Amino acid sequence: MTPAMTHSTSDPAVLAAEIVTPESEPPASMLPLYLATLLLGLGLWWLASARSANALVPSPLQVAVAGWELVRDGTLLANATASLGRVMAGFVLGVALAIPAGFLMGWYRLARGLVEPWVQFMRTVPPLALIPLVIVILGIGEDAKVFVIFLASFLACVLATYQGVRNVDSTLVNAARVLGAGDFTIFRRVVVPASTPFIFVGMRVALGSAWATLVASELIAAPTGLGRMMQVATQFLQTDRIVVGIIMIGLLGFLMDRLLLWAERRLTAWQEVRA
Amino acid sequence: MNTPPVNEAAISIRNASKVYSSARGRTVSLDRVSLDIARGEFITLVGPSGCGKSTLLNLIGGLLMPSSGEVLVDGRAVTGPGPDRGVIFQQYALFPWLSARQNVEFGLRIQGLGAAERAERAQHYLRLVGLQDFGDALPKELSGGMKQRCAIARAYAVNPSLLLMDEPFGALDALTRVQMQDDLLATWQQERKTVVFITHDVDEAVYLASRVVVMSPRPGRISEIIDVPLPYPRDDELRLSPAFAEIRARVWRGVHHKEGAAHATTVPSPAIDSPTTSSQGDN
Repeated sequence: MTPAMTHSTSDPAVLAAEIVTPESEPPASMLPLYLATLLLGLGLWWLASARSANALVPSPLQVAVAGWELVRDGTLLANATASLGRVMAGFVLGVALAIPAGFLMGWYRLARGLVEPWVQFMRTVPPLALIPLVIVILGIGEDAKVFVIFLASFLACVLATYQGVRNVDSTLVNAARVLGAGDFTIFRRVVVPASTPFIFVGMRVALGSAWATLVASELIAAPTGLGRMMQVATQFLQTDRIVVGIIMIGLLGFLMDRLLLWAERRLTAWQEVRA
Repeated sequence: MNTPPVNEAAISIRNASKVYSSARGRTVSLDRVSLDIARGEFITLVGPSGCGKSTLLNLIGGLLMPSSGEVLVDGRAVTGPGPDRGVIFQQYALFPWLSARQNVEFGLRIQGLGAAERAERAQHYLRLVGLQDFGDALPKELSGGMKQRCAIARAYAVNPSLLLMDEPFGALDALTRVQMQDDLLATWQQERKTVVFITHDVDEAVYLASRVVVMSPRPGRISEIIDVPLPYPRDDELRLSPAFAEIRARVWRGVHHKEGAAHATTVPSPAIDSPTTSSQGDN
């Protein structure tokens, strides 16, 4: 049953038997299934476009050709870069401010009382609802878009960080206190690492929110960007180009999310159960 | 006249009470408890849930402050937690993002020790609890017993003068628990620290202690203090001896039959092992 039946506890073999080995068997690869469902989706799409009486429903081939043209003349890269730059600027600013703000809210009653009502209220306002006001005040340039994306990212991430700090196991805080840790040490060595998984969840939500806000703001008014590209294509009924834009937005968002997930796995591998 | 206990006792609890006020009224968790614990003693606290034994431990540890009365450690009033009093929690409370070694080094880092000395002390205490080959393992890779060994090494590493243990073996299976008890006693005999140890298990209370403090609930009070005049080192032989059985029976009666009829209907105490089941666990 348990190896502790023997009485020589310093025997490494006995203790080795006690160790819990996680993930003893690698799960079967999902890749074939993923490929199969991709092909199935493309097939259904092709079938739908071929059988549709509406000539404006683009086939996969039309979209691929349109995509290639947009790559060749540099339009896609220029617009994707513009969009990505805005998302990164707004997202990085938002998260960079949200993490300290969330820590302050979780740690100090004063900060919680002063900040939380605003955060809770603004959370119920979709960032898109601010776009008209922001455009009037800041114009249609970069500032307006970065600001709206910043706000969307900030709101998503600040609450997750705050929750993370509030959820730190009080036993761990006590364990640090009885080892002689002061407030600052507890904050740096217990609260920060313990809330890291929550912060990552917040960052991933923030990223999704940032993309949604970006595209909406570019659709309304922008000189460049994937949203702008789709807006122009709409005027010429170039549905194939619109689909290229949709796929591009999805791909970029997906890749950034995977990047965050990868970072999270590396930084919070210590978790017993993944958040 | 007796010698003044202030100079003698490692821990001196005088008329300590702890009262919690909530919307539903006042709860007296601890009611005017007095207890002197001598240096190097091994005290176990037993009693049903709600008897205030954890409260008492937290008062000594400085994680709680008494509502009235005072708690002195080495003659000085406790004003907060400190590295002179090591605490072992039932839930292990290892920092899950740190390796076993880094956990043991946590308190040493706070004391400002250099990397080389930290590593040396950590290795010494990991060896003491038999984890010398698992320094780099994360807590999630350790079994329950190993986690608690690591927590014990972490508490020992900062060299506290007393150890406060809150049902440290409560989450372990019966066999691992017996092993941990023997290891704890072996370590205690080497280091001779004062130990205050909470348990639900009457067998465990008698096996470890030089004195068993029996507590009763509502309000939390000390109902009886039972000496255990059995020599250390203790072993299985002693566990099965008539002398042991006799003391166990006394503690058993102290825990179960004090005001038993009054609260047995409202608070069943399933956590307390019956004598028959505990003695089966010995073999």
